[in-house]
Amino acid sequence: MAILKPILYILVYPGLIFLMVYSTFCEWFDRKLYARMQNRIGPLHTGRSGILQPVADIIKLFAKEDIVPEKADKHMFSALPVFALAIICTTALYLPLWHYSEAPTFISFPGDLIVVAYLLTLPTLIYFLAGWHSNNYFSAIGGVRVLTMLFGYEIPLLLALLSPAVLADSWRILEIARFFQDKPLLMLVNLIGFFIAVIALQAKLERVPFDIPHAETEIVGGQLTEYSGKKLAFFRLLGDIEMVVGAGLIAAVFMGGFPGGLLPGLAWFVLKTLFIIFLLAAMRAATSRIRIDQMINFSWRWLAPLAVLQLFIVIIIKGMVS
Amino acid sequence: MEFKVSLGPQHPALHEALSLRMTLEGEIIRDADLKLGYSHRGIEKLAEERTFTQNIYLTERICGICSHSHTTCFVQGVEQLMELIPARRGLYIRTLIAELERVHSHLLWLGVAGQEAGFESFFMYTWRDREVVMDILDWITGNRVHYAMNTFGGVRRDIDELQKKKILDSLDLLTKRTEYYLSIGANEPTFVNRLAGVGKLSREDAIALCAVGPTLRASGVPMDVRKDDPYAVYNEIPFEVCTADSCDVLGRTVVRVKELIQSYKMIEFLLKNLPDGPFKVKAPRKVKPNEVYSRYEAPRGENVHYIKSNGSDKPERLKVRAPTLANYPATIKMLKNGFIADIPLIFAAIDPCICCAERLVQLDNPGSGESKVLSFSQLRTMANDHYKKVNLMKKEAVWPF
Repeated sequence: MAILKPILYILVYPGLIFLMVYSTFCEWFDRKLYARMQNRIGPLHTGRSGILQPVADIIKLFAKEDIVPEKADKHMFSALPVFALAIICTTALYLPLWHYSEAPTFISFPGDLIVVAYLLTLPTLIYFLAGWHSNNYFSAIGGVRVLTMLFGYEIPLLLALLSPAVLADSWRILEIARFFQDKPLLMLVNLIGFFIAVIALQAKLERVPFDIPHAETEIVGGQLTEYSGKKLAFFRLLGDIEMVVGAGLIAAVFMGGFPGGLLPGLAWFVLKTLFIIFLLAAMRAATSRIRIDQMINFSWRWLAPLAVLQLFIVIIIKGMVS
Repeated sequence: MEFKVSLGPQHPALHEALSLRMTLEGEIIRDADLKLGYSHRGIEKLAEERTFTQNIYLTERICGICSHSHTTCFVQGVEQLMELIPARRGLYIRTLIAELERVHSHLLWLGVAGQEAGFESFFMYTWRDREVVMDILDWITGNRVHYAMNTFGGVRRDIDELQKKKILDSLDLLTKRTEYYLSIGANEPTFVNRLAGVGKLSREDAIALCAVGPTLRASGVPMDVRKDDPYAVYNEIPFEVCTADSCDVLGRTVVRVKELIQSYKMIEFLLKNLPDGPFKVKAPRKVKPNEVYSRYEAPRGENVHYIKSNGSDKPERLKVRAPTLANYPATIKMLKNGFIADIPLIFAAIDPCICCAERLVQLDNPGSGESKVLSFSQLRTMANDHYKKVNLMKKEAVWPF
């Protein structure tokens, strides 16, 4: 039985199967919200209110012709989407969704917050490599923009994640979540950090106003211009799962995690991630794409100083509480 | 590192075929050039083989957005040739359609600007409101795009009281929405930051490069054919020429939104002061030999038709200069030293209608000055021979990276 749980954990919940199903649901939720905010109807025909539309899109992509450009680096070009998906699914395991034990396990140990932050950076690197190895002007420009943007949002995101960790005096996501479950009022201290993390997550997911790397009116598909068929489907799935994992991480660190074991935990997870996805969709509907230099300016002029300010507030509050 | 990129003829930012050749240094454009001629149009030649009446409906098909502009420009020119004075009520209705068309064109442009700037919500909202105008046009002319409203001596359909009332009701809604867009254009920080300072065109450059329409007016030059050389009934309607001093894409947006509000006022005035009487007078079939140069302020800028008649019922020559063509030199100037991210915005800001500006060009041999005519089969053989020589696999092509 001891071996069964990790296997279940990796394959079913919250591993592969759950992630695939829930991420497609989240994409539908996001698309529907975005459409309603724009006075459109959104997905409608596949499944009830179009709920199966993301699945249909992915199935369609899998059926399409898979083209590898002649000048592209064939091995890297084919391997990157698989790597990216594997990395992001691994990251999902570290979310404290189904942990009972206090003792450190292979998916929850002191310092796993840093591991998750690190693993969440890797897909960005893979986007860059995908753009670079496609050997196409538009891909190369997109890839460089991905990397440039990383320098903008990564530090504010890390600083924002740092402040709850400092407040809870732990680097273990499970313990941070438990700390806020015990003292829910202290969540309000991290309000600035929460919004910084949501904005940085939006940038990480490359959505409006930060969809600069694949701005279709400028550089066509950006880093994914040359990708098609199965490989593009992998990247799309990657984007969806990244959204779920990012939202889950923010929910776990800032919003008190998902208490109550299997089913109540799942309910909390769905509720909290959907709330964050709602914020992301609203941000997407209310803004216009900015330029890459404006994005870097914005992160260093506003996000990073605000994250430092948040850290100061946390240190002062911590001194007062203890 | 400098490298050359060509945008188009197929590119998501361009809705029509056109090639932009750019020399880039990182994200900055150092040099730009335009290549035209991807659409083949023979409208001017075709016009010489049709009667004047048939040509009204041919010129309508020069553009899908400013269709009324081209017919009015043509009809006004021919009326001058015929020495025909159109019915006053007809002129009022003609002007009304012209202003409704301006409203629909500017709303369409606002949406396109939103889309090019990555502001999809703005695009969805403006295009939803554009439907209101399209419905009005559909209701009073019977068509959404090619209204077929003009004829020599007036218009082809009259407007009744019920239609007047419906248009006035819709105007309230449109005015309210347009004021909201003006506030978004002035206040939404990401949108303003994206448009302000982009595609600078100084007042001197705008005049020197012969820019027209909102592009010119956004550089602070109050030039508008409706005011400078009034046609139809524009000398009877009160309106202001909208200008902006910021000389950038934001200025062009503001000018267009202000023009929308002016248009609403003009439509209201036209409907309330619609004179009684016939809406068209009978026109002669044949036209005396003469020539005329007709100007018209289309939504995109000054539209020009040159018509020459030879005494028959067909024109000897029709020359059309669409406003987009006049704005190309200014566009090249605006693109230089801008960011790649700004290309679609700068280019969209002139409201390009590429196909309208395309003409058949005959190139003479620069050395001998000779021109030659090739038949279709000769062209085919030429193309086949060319592709036999080209190695389609491009195995040896040098990749710059």
